[in-house]
Amino acid sequence: MLIVENLHASVDGTDILKGLSLTVNPGEVHAIMGPNGSGKSTLGHVLAGRPGYTVTAGSATFLGQNLLDLETEERARLGLFLAFQYPVEIPGVSNMEFLKAAVDAQREQRGEKPIDAVTFMKNARENCKAVDLDPAFLKRGVNEGFSGGEKKRNELLQMLLLQPRLGILDETDSGLDIDALQVVARGVNSMRSADRAFVMVTHYQRLLDFIEPDFVHVLAGGRIVRSGDKSLALELEARGYAWLEDEVA
Amino acid sequence: MTDFMRLPLDSAAAGAPLWLQDYLREARSRWEGSTLPTRKTEEWKYTGLQALRVSYAAASEGVVGLAEAGVELPHFGGYRLVFINGRYCAEHSDGNLPEGVSLVRFADAGPAQAAAIRDHLGAAVGREEGLFTALNDASLEDGVFVEIEARVRVEQPLHVVWISGNQEQAFSINQRLLVLCRQDSTASVIEQFSGARSEQQSFTNGVTELLLEDGATLNHYRIHLEEAAAAHIGRQHARLETGATLNSFHLALGSVLKRIDVVVDHCGQRAHSELNGLYLPRGDEHVDYHTCIEHRVPNCTSTETFRGIIGDEATAVFNGRIHIHRDAQKTNAQLSNRNLLTSTRAEVNTKPELEIYADDVQCSHGATVAQLDEMSLHYLRSRGVSRAQAQTMLSFGFVNEVVDTVRCEPLRDYLRGILTRRFARDPAITGSMV
Repeated sequence: MLIVENLHASVDGTDILKGLSLTVNPGEVHAIMGPNGSGKSTLGHVLAGRPGYTVTAGSATFLGQNLLDLETEERARLGLFLAFQYPVEIPGVSNMEFLKAAVDAQREQRGEKPIDAVTFMKNARENCKAVDLDPAFLKRGVNEGFSGGEKKRNELLQMLLLQPRLGILDETDSGLDIDALQVVARGVNSMRSADRAFVMVTHYQRLLDFIEPDFVHVLAGGRIVRSGDKSLALELEARGYAWLEDEVA
Repeated sequence: MTDFMRLPLDSAAAGAPLWLQDYLREARSRWEGSTLPTRKTEEWKYTGLQALRVSYAAASEGVVGLAEAGVELPHFGGYRLVFINGRYCAEHSDGNLPEGVSLVRFADAGPAQAAAIRDHLGAAVGREEGLFTALNDASLEDGVFVEIEARVRVEQPLHVVWISGNQEQAFSINQRLLVLCRQDSTASVIEQFSGARSEQQSFTNGVTELLLEDGATLNHYRIHLEEAAAAHIGRQHARLETGATLNSFHLALGSVLKRIDVVVDHCGQRAHSELNGLYLPRGDEHVDYHTCIEHRVPNCTSTETFRGIIGDEATAVFNGRIHIHRDAQKTNAQLSNRNLLTSTRAEVNTKPELEIYADDVQCSHGATVAQLDEMSLHYLRSRGVSRAQAQTMLSFGFVNEVVDTVRCEPLRDYLRGILTRRFARDPAITGSMV
């Protein structure tokens, strides 16, 4: 589904990713862990096509297409979804309008007409319940004045409505209390299926107690230095990252 | 001197009531010999008056129906008074006047009302407020006088619609509104200026005076929907006495020439004003807002937010002046002006102008000219929304925030509808529909 090979990327002239390779097959859940500044968030941004992130070498294909050739919206329409670590506040654009525009873009991709407003609102309200977000937030500006936890729930709401093929969660667990964490985990687990995959970028093993990964990777110095199963996460929890960084160096 | 300038001097304003004649005589002598400002006049540096070089005749009564002229006439639930080409139109005016409110055309004023008009007309706008006010004064035949009695609270808005319709020649109209809010009264007044959907050339000069006595609250909306060749040079002056509150909202779509001067004069302590506005010229249109907030006495507050989206080859001017007099200690005055240029050929000239003579005041101002925020665009696009649609959504959002300040719900919905159509959004989903 996603094949990343020897990816090099830089931001403002600084090399961040230095030869990252990763293969994600349908149905799999991958966790990417690593110390601060190792390039975890950069990977998500590069895959989503954020301006200012320049790929200097390597390749990324998604569902057989060269991802790096596609515009950000084309990647999304193919089914790639990045849950932002810091979702953007857009006052004046209602959350409902934003969500419907996103859903309609997916429908257009499939050659379908825009969803009718009444059906859409019903769906949106139901999914609000699933992520434990007050439907009143649909009326507010996109993420405007949302707390950190509310923003993360709103990202999850978008993912539930868009039903992507690949969900990349960029530190969706950071700053969440245990109840909110379980809401996120329930949302992701409800979407797990044979033709959908997830990549979870996280600092903490805690999230993996609730969403069990098939693979755990450690990112350090811009590339993956160790891969294993979920026991690797437990080892990291116990020993920290220093021993791995030492090994690599 | 062009035709419209001679009009008030040539015709003796036959329709004006007798008690207004000396006011008119005085104004005519002020007006006589006036010349139009040029680009060298500081106040008119960025707004040319070429559009006034048309031969404008007096407005006639021969007016086609509103539907044929493409004029929308919304209803906001209260009393509605409609003027077409400066003439009162009984057919479209309706609603019941709430208790404690008198609303009368100058032409129909009884002796007591006439006396009140004579006492207050020109009280806010003054005698020195420029050429076009003199023209308006000198041309006064009819106008609207609204008086809210003391301690009366009016829930429904009073809606005054000024329409420039179609007639064979280019024409000019002068319109006047005088609102007197007595002590501790509360009311809402909506002024709507609409034009026929055509290439009709017209020039409207609309002057509004708002007088707020002690403790009065007024929500005032001045909505300019004229487009194409409908020129408008207008002025609104508000005078706030002790503890009075003015919430003032402005909107201007562009046209060949639009220049609106807004003055809010804080004359009594603890007066508060909120001034919000939007201007949206496109094509080769032009809009110019000059605002001036006067703080004459201590302990008053004012906030002002104007936003503009300027597209195509359109031009806009925003000049925001705050004048804090020597005695106006403890003043808190805020001004913000943000502009979005959606084309490389669009232009805006924005200038905050602070004149502060008191030393214990809080005053902030900011003016920005920008393109759309890249990170917001990216966020929308990362959900599959195309770049073009994301740009439209963000532009709509930029103005929608200011529309949210409109307190009158039916008006807010109406304006949102206009903007939704303008920004090609789905009306079912942009409003508060959940």
